This record gives sequence, structure tokens and C-alpha cells, in this order.
Amino acid sequence: MANFILNGEPVSVEADPSMPILWVVREKIGLSGTKFGCGIAQCGVCTVHLDGQPVRSCSTPVSEAEGRQVTTIEGIAGPEGELSAVQQAWISEQVPQCGYCQSGQIMAATALLRDNPNPSDDDIDAAMSGNICRCGTYNRIRRAIKVAAGSLEPRSEEA
Amino acid sequence: MNDMTPEKKQRSSLAKWSRRGFIGAGVLAGGGLLIGIGVRPGNPIAALAPKVAPGDDEFLVNSWVKIDMDNVVTAIVPHCEMGQGVHSVLAQMLAEELDADWSKVRVMQAPTDGSYVVTDTARMFVAPFTINAADWLEPTWNGLFTQIAKFADAMITGGSSSIRTTGQHSMRIAGAAARKMLVGAAAESWNVPPGEIVTRDSMLLHPASGKSAPYSAFATAAADQPMDQTPQLKTADRYNLIGKSKARTDIPSKVNGTAQFGLDAAPEGVELKYAASMRAPVPGTEVVSMDSEQAEALPGVIKVLNMGNFVTVVADSYWHAQQALYTVQVEWSASESPVKTMDDQYKVFADALDKAGADGGDKMAGKGDFATAFANAATTLEAEYRVPYLAHAPMEPINCTAQVKDGKCDIWTSTQVPLMARSAVSDALDLSVDDITIHHPYLGGAFGRRLEAEYVTMAARIAENVGEPVKLIWSREEDTQKAIYRPADLSRLRAGFDDTGAMVAWDNSFTQRLDPADAPVPAFYSIPNTSVRHVAAEAHLPSAAWRSVDHSQQGYFIESFIDEAAHAAGKDPVEYRLAMLDNAPRHKAVLEKVAEMSNWSGERAEGTGLGVAIVESFGSIIAEVVEVDMSEGSPRIVRCWAACDAGYVVNPDGFKNQIEGGIVYGLTAAMFGELELSDGAIVQSNFHDYKMLRMNDAPEIEVAIINSGDVPIGGAGEPGLPPAAPALTNAIFAATGNRLRSLPIAKQFA
Repeated sequence: MANFILNGEPVSVEADPSMPILWVVREKIGLSGTKFGCGIAQCGVCTVHLDGQPVRSCSTPVSEAEGRQVTTIEGIAGPEGELSAVQQAWISEQVPQCGYCQSGQIMAATALLRDNPNPSDDDIDAAMSGNICRCGTYNRIRRAIKVAAGSLEPRSEEA
Repeated sequence: MNDMTPEKKQRSSLAKWSRRGFIGAGVLAGGGLLIGIGVRPGNPIAALAPKVAPGDDEFLVNSWVKIDMDNVVTAIVPHCEMGQGVHSVLAQMLAEELDADWSKVRVMQAPTDGSYVVTDTARMFVAPFTINAADWLEPTWNGLFTQIAKFADAMITGGSSSIRTTGQHSMRIAGAAARKMLVGAAAESWNVPPGEIVTRDSMLLHPASGKSAPYSAFATAAADQPMDQTPQLKTADRYNLIGKSKARTDIPSKVNGTAQFGLDAAPEGVELKYAASMRAPVPGTEVVSMDSEQAEALPGVIKVLNMGNFVTVVADSYWHAQQALYTVQVEWSASESPVKTMDDQYKVFADALDKAGADGGDKMAGKGDFATAFANAATTLEAEYRVPYLAHAPMEPINCTAQVKDGKCDIWTSTQVPLMARSAVSDALDLSVDDITIHHPYLGGAFGRRLEAEYVTMAARIAENVGEPVKLIWSREEDTQKAIYRPADLSRLRAGFDDTGAMVAWDNSFTQRLDPADAPVPAFYSIPNTSVRHVAAEAHLPSAAWRSVDHSQQGYFIESFIDEAAHAAGKDPVEYRLAMLDNAPRHKAVLEKVAEMSNWSGERAEGTGLGVAIVESFGSIIAEVVEVDMSEGSPRIVRCWAACDAGYVVNPDGFKNQIEGGIVYGLTAAMFGELELSDGAIVQSNFHDYKMLRMNDAPEIEVAIINSGDVPIGGAGEPGLPPAAPALTNAIFAATGNRLRSLPIAKQFA
């Protein structure tokens, strides 16, 4: 039995302790916002927070989460579903194309901005280069992080 | 809901030919209006109603649009959403002609049904010259291509074609026709001339009398209105939505984890089993024997199956299935392919080109007399280029969920070809297509990878075998090593010049071709004598459309060699190209634009270089300049500028996003993309050795749009890619004098 706090709620699930958090969350609990990309911690699409720190859930066994806080993309909006500044910026900058990697990108950016509210380009490179976007939205991710940080104005729709 | 009476279904059958399609009508229960476009023969519109408008309070205005009682307009889009923004932009085109309130426009994926074949997309693939054929040809072409589309299961998304085919030739027509019928109904009811009625934001207004009503109020009455088969479309000066960067409708669901991709399939009331699979490491080989004893004893394992051309483990979770699969020992049959390494493969290509000689092969295009002009040239230049095999590597791993029950099959998967997938399942399970339902949610990237349906039949066969609904997930390693690929190739190029350095002769011979046929042709340059020859040679790996298809390698071959010619002539690469574009004003304009954007002639820092390339593909002309910094010995891509003429851009921000993506995809391949072979099997397996451009090495990209207008609209998904690789290698040459005639680049500086 694995016991941890998922998006603020305690959960108890029957799971092999070696099973990665990714598959426990997706298949046992049924939250599908966290994605599978490579299985070897190379692409970042499975990024979740473990006690606030971004981790690759595809390569982190659920035993590591025992008694700890796991936050997924479903857990970063406010209590009434109001979008976080990062999520809002992802919309204003029209970041996603296919969108598949964006849960992981948003989780990585959220962790970056919490620790560093006004990141430089180098800070963004350091925090975000573990996350691959095959659609190539890197310029927009960078811009959205700056918009969320308040250092850039959001895009206007009519532009 | 299915209380339609036959007479109601057929009450208003006004079907006849139109210039752009065929508009037919039917009537829904409760008197709603149904219009379909581009579907014939017969009139299947009424039969579609239960599939797209199941609610009793909804009126189906036509098979591409419905309006509900809250006056919400829903566009029904036959193309799949794989990141290109097509759901949103096709709705934008329909809403423009319908004068719909954009804040109340919704999008629905059209069901997998033969009535949703995309006729014009099929035309674009089969006979692109007919897309803008003279009017008198249209009935013939439409009839022919609807038949072709149905025959070919062409409910397809690819070829950068959705806006310029379905958007222009179906969605806009449907919107305009529906608007006119709503106006007609209101005019009769209000007893005023239709010309006095104004439409705006999904409302009908009669300014003189002050009368107004929402569209929903007249959806019923509109059924009795005559249908204009060739409704007048708006001209650009009247656009309210087209040409605007409207926010995409799918994005909110992609920032909070609610967007559903194929991998997320969780059919209600169905308890899934999970499968991991292993295909043959070398194409064309089969399972000889399998030892699964250890796997069968592992936790969660339900069954290990030898399926002939693959092995699969079915378990209670994907994790257990994949862990068990690692322990399965398989002996594969021997491959008959002579190709064991990439050296072998390039030798097969080189031998074929040697055999074809200076004049052999299939002459795909050409003009003048290359042989004489080349023989008489003042100077000549020859070079050989090569490119490796490439994987598509969409972020969502290949997957499919299948349920086979009571003689019926349900499939949930990410696919670019839902109808072809249905036919493939029909063949594999010997079921009628009518007993197969394909559910296709968002695609986590595709780039051509999901034009194939092999994973769909694999899942269907596994589900049938175990008698339980199964979600099959390919590991990243399986998709990197056992899929379909952008072909490797060799190209031999020759050019002859007069005594001023002007190019008078051009010859390009190569061994691989898929599409489009114009990809290897340097058509817009004014070169008097050209020869383009395809020399067939066996490729070891199965090849497939990969973003921009043949343009991905041909753009690199052609634009690198043009650059070599410029330098050989001692000319500036932009000036040299401009001098060959006298008969191509649009090309000239984009080249001049990108030179201006990149400050092409300005001072450059030591160790940096600019490279340029221009490629026309999928109807769009794009010139790119890349700035590279070589000061640390290996390439760092600093910036990229792109100037684009796609005729008229429907959603500028969406278009830019696609161009940015195409550039990153192209630069990724140019820098890192390579699959090597060892004993005939692919060596690279995952993102650690099949590398991607990441945030820290992605350049800053600036995109400019030129709306030249009065020409057919061009594509967006693919055209950004082809100029990227040659612009980069040309920049490296400018900075270092090192001409890179093979890809990828990074390892050449390791």
C-alpha cells in the first residue's frame, strides 16, 4: 500500500512500491494530466512536484513518495479552479501546440518561479532544459515565464 | 434521439452540383436544418445527425455546423488536432462567413465516418493542379475526388493542407450558405427584403424596423429556404475574424491537464488491461521462438503472446507489462537485407547512382538541354550530399486502446488517418467497418508518424486474443527503433556556369522519393537548363512522410548547392539568389525581407556567420536566415529570421507558432538527427542518444508575414522546416569556410 498526499488530499493505493509515481497517478488514481514520454528521465513530460521540488515521475518509485506531498498539473490551480499566473501566461502567449509536454513544462516553470521570481535567460535555460518540446515552443515558453514573472507584457489577441 | 421520420429526413433535398462542392440538405427532428457539403452521391446528411447532434435541444445547421438553443455555434471539424491549431482555425473560417459570435463558437471533432472524407485534401495529394481548376471542370473533379477520397479512406490530416482545402472549400462555403438561409428565413418572417437584414455576432438584425433575433430562433425555419450552391464569400476587406490572431480554443485544456490525448483513453465502465510490445529489431524479420517463462511468473502479468511479427506482454499495469517484457527472450529470423550498417546503405545508394551515370534515372522534371550546357560551361561545380534516416519522435508515445466485444470493436487512439485505421482493423479482425468505431482525441504530436495504422491493428489483435479491453503502449525505445522513418539519401549535384558566374546548367540525382513531386526541382530559379533525376535504390528501413516530406532533404541539397555556387562565383549568397529570381517576384520579396530583418549586410562579430536559404513548399514561400556563433569551436545557433509568403494568413499568431515549430524541428534534425545501424538494427533508442534541441540551444526566432494575396493560400505546418538546415550549414560556412555536405552537424564538431 502506498500512502502519500496528492494535490493536498491523502491517498492510499495498492501499488507495487517500485512502480513509478507516473503510473500510480495515471493508472491507479486516474489523473491523466501527467504524461509519459521517455521512461528514463530524459524529456520532462512527466514532471511533478515532490515536496515542492520538480521530479521526473517516470523514474521515481512511489515508495519515495511515502508520506510526502505530490503535486501534479491538476493541483496547481487555486481552490476554485482559478488558473495560476504560469497557466494564465501559457494562454496569453499561446504557448501549446500539441500540448502533450506542457503539463511538464508548466510544472518545471512553476517550481522555477517559486524559487526565483524574476529569472534571467540563463536561469530559464538552467531550469527548463530538461523538458523537451517536440513542437518547438521554446521561445513562447521563455516569454510566458517572463510574463508570469511580470517582466513582460502579455500578448494582445488582435496583434 | 432518433425520432426522425423518413419524410422529414428528405423533406428538403435540394442537392445539386456546386462550383466548390455539393450542398445537400435534410431535416432534423423538431424541424432543425441540416446542410452537408462535399458529400455525394446520395445524401447521407440526415443519417449523420445522431452522431453529431445527439441532444434533443440542438439543431444541426449543417454537417459542418450546428447551433444550440443558447445560440452557441459548433463547428464540426473533420481534421485531427495534433498541435497545428486546425480545430480552432477552421472554426474561425466558418465563423467568419457565418458572422458568428466568436466567443460562442465551439469546436467538435467530426466522427470517424465516410461522410467526413476530406475530398479536397485527397485532391491536394492526388492531383494538386485541380484545386484551382477552371470552373467548368469542377463538377467532374468534385465527383471524381469524392469517390477517390472515399475509396482511399481519406479522412486525413497532413500535407499542410487543412486550411487551403477544407477551410477554403468547405468550412467557408458552409458558413456562407448557412448564413444566407438564416437571413432568408428571417426576411420571410419579418416580411422585409433579405438585403435589408444584417448579420453580426450570431444575430439577425433589421435596422429599419429595429427587429432582431438570435440565429437559433430561425434555425428551424431556415430548413425551408432555398440553398445557394455558390454563396458569395467575403473579400478580405470585409473580414472580421480571418487575418486575426484569435486565441486557440484548445489551449485552455492544455494548461490544466484536462486535454485528452490517445494515451489518456479511459472509456467509462471499462476496466483496462495494459500491453507492452516488442517488434522485430530488423525490418521484415519474424519471431522464430520465444521464451517467456520468467515473464509469466512476474507480478501482474496476465499473458505473454507471440503474435508472429511481434511479442507482447499483457498485465494489470503498463509498468508490469514493460518490466516483464524485458525478461522475454526472443529469437528473430535472419534478415535478407544486405544492409547491416549505414555505410552499406550509402553504398547501395552510391552504386545505383553510379550505374545510372550522367543521364540515367527517372527524369522528374527538366528544361533546356543540361548535357550540352554543362559540356559547354565556362566553369562547373559538383558535390555529393547525404542525409541520414530520422525518426519522428512525437512526444506522445505510440499507443492504442482497443475493445473487441460482441462482434464489435472500439478503438481509442491518436491518429492522422481514422478511416484508414478503421479499414486496417476491419482487415485484421475480419469485421465490417460498420462494426468498428474509432475514437480519436488530441494527438500528442505526429509529424507524419501517425499516418500509419500498424499500432492500431496490433492493439486490436491483442484485445481480441485476450478477450479483454487493452491499452497498448509502445516504449520510447520501440518507437525510435521499430517505426517508419524519413529516408536516408544521397544526392549528386552538378552545375555549369557562364563566364560571369551565372548558372546555366543544373542536375540533381538522388535515390529516394515520396512526395511532393516538386520537392527536388529548383523551379523558381531562372536556370535555363535543368535536369532532375530519381534513381531507384533499395532503402533498408521503411520510409514515410516526415514533416515536410521530401522537402526536408531536398531543401538541404538544393539550397546548400546554390550557396556553394554563389561562393564559387565570388558573389554574396543573397545577391546571387536575387539575380536568379527575376521571374519570381514573390520569392524575391521574401528574400529581400529576410535580408532586411537579419541585417544581412551589416557588420558581424568575429566567429559568427549568417546563412540564408529559400524554399517553396506546400504553397508557401519561406526564406530563412540563421545566425551561428562558432567562436567556441562548435556551433551555437543564436537567432533565426523567417520571411513567409503564404498568400493570405488566416491566423497570424497561429501561423507564426507553426513556423517557429518547423524551424526548431528542422534545426533539431540538422544538429542532432541521426539513426545509425548495427547488424541491420537501429542503434539509437531514446532521447539520450536521439537528441533534441532544448531550451538552452533553441535560437530566438522572428517570423514576418507577407500577405501577397490573390494567390491560393499556402500551408503552415511544414514549410518552416526545409530552409532551416541549409540556412544553418550555410551560416557555418560563412563563419568558418567549412562546407558541411552531410548531416547531422553536431558530431562533426565533437
